[in-house]
Amino acid sequence: MEPQTLSPTAGLKQPAFGETARRDLWWVQPVAVFFGLSAALAYLNWAAFQNAHYVFGNYLSPLYSPEVFGESPHAWFGPKPGWWPAWMPFSPAFLILWAPAGFRMTCYYYRGAYYKSFWADPPACGVGEPRKSYWGERSLPLILQNSHRFFLYCALLFLVFLSQDVWKALWFEDPVSHKTTFGIGVGTLVLALNLVLLSGYTLGCHSFRHLVGGNLDCLSCAPARLGAYRCSSFFNSRHMLWAWISLVGVTFADVYVRLCSMGVWTDWRII
Amino acid sequence: MPKVPFRIWRGAAGGGEFREYATEITEGMVVLDAVHQIQAESANDMAVRWNCKAGKCGSCSAEINGRPRLMCMTRMTDLPPGETVTIQPMKAFPILKDLVTDVSWNYDVKKRIKPFKPRPPDAADGTWRIAQADVDRVQEFRKCIECFLCQDVCHVLRDHHLHDQFIGPRFLVYTAALEMHPLDVEDRLADLKDAHGIGYCNITKCCTKVCPEHITITDNAIIPLKERVADRFFDPIRRLFRFLFGRSA
Repeated sequence: MEPQTLSPTAGLKQPAFGETARRDLWWVQPVAVFFGLSAALAYLNWAAFQNAHYVFGNYLSPLYSPEVFGESPHAWFGPKPGWWPAWMPFSPAFLILWAPAGFRMTCYYYRGAYYKSFWADPPACGVGEPRKSYWGERSLPLILQNSHRFFLYCALLFLVFLSQDVWKALWFEDPVSHKTTFGIGVGTLVLALNLVLLSGYTLGCHSFRHLVGGNLDCLSCAPARLGAYRCSSFFNSRHMLWAWISLVGVTFADVYVRLCSMGVWTDWRII
Repeated sequence: MPKVPFRIWRGAAGGGEFREYATEITEGMVVLDAVHQIQAESANDMAVRWNCKAGKCGSCSAEINGRPRLMCMTRMTDLPPGETVTIQPMKAFPILKDLVTDVSWNYDVKKRIKPFKPRPPDAADGTWRIAQADVDRVQEFRKCIECFLCQDVCHVLRDHHLHDQFIGPRFLVYTAALEMHPLDVEDRLADLKDAHGIGYCNITKCCTKVCPEHITITDNAIIPLKERVADRFFDPIRRLFRFLFGRSA
């Protein structure tokens, strides 16, 4: 007897929005991600618009680094450029934040997270979604997520700039003699920790993993790339964790520099 | 021992309903044992597909309390005590009867994927040499038991029924095993982008979460394939390099 075969979609019905037989608290994670990302977005936008309190002595907030144009001594090319439209508010953060923001927006982890939390696509695994049509990342606008690798190149460059900031955070100027001496303050550790967390996130990026070795079929043919691939895979296996702690880290680093600059917190010198 | 209440979906392609059952649970029982006991005690005509009872054949896939799982690998003690256990057939495939679905679409999909095509042999005796490091990466994908739970939970198939445009996580894993194989020289990237619809995957990682073999489907198979597709079709810098230095660049 011939086996019975149906059309692959015969009798299938799309579940209604939120329809599921799951009994666990499936909504907790998307709701937590929604509030977590919303809070981070709100703070980072607010901080970027401030254009103040982003420098404290030799510390520069990572949200404003590199300071291409700006009022602080860290600025590469001096104050706000003349070509900047008068009607447009200015902040050094506007010139650079598009790169890390784009890196996170197109990150494979964040994509999955915000598709669920902000777009309910789906709200959670095995839970019905609100829309009937679905395009995925095949067509505009989400096909642009394939630009992730270009934001990765920028993010790698930013690690260099942030390393430079940590180096600068090791050298303190005496307010009386103006002599620069080596030292370590709590702020130095905060900026260094931020660099470590961002490195863990960036070096575990799926595109980085692909770039350093994942694109090869014969990894053993390139031993250095095999080593890099294994190293990146180590970070990649906890990519979600790195994504979150690095986001918290960069936010806290800005808060620290801001509150020190405002005189709310005192930067304790360890050495 | 107290009896545990069950709600089991009964019906066929035309429709059906949940029916209530209750059976006594003893130590060490899995959901499949309970279903068999219900079948023996009060539902002789209930259809359920099973074979090895060891989590290796991938036959007894179903949805237990809304989560795609193997019935033979779900211990009764792992379910919330005192609550009704709901068992449904997989939702991404047409129902044949009760808990049995028609998964034959998957076998048709597999036939559409270009098969393994090895490079010429490395040695005069017609054999090849592969380093362990290269074997390790694709070995993970070979653990797949084809239970199709990943296909079931994938919202592209489950909710949107895009079976004709998207091959699903199981076959992206299968393609990854071929594409990353150090001996394989076949090119499947154009198929992945167009006919196999890899762009439909929006990285929910639901497939990884339900895999009973713990294959890291999204991170180790689908995303690396998406990156390879991006290399070929969405990276103008690589395109320029290929134009200047040839196909291998």
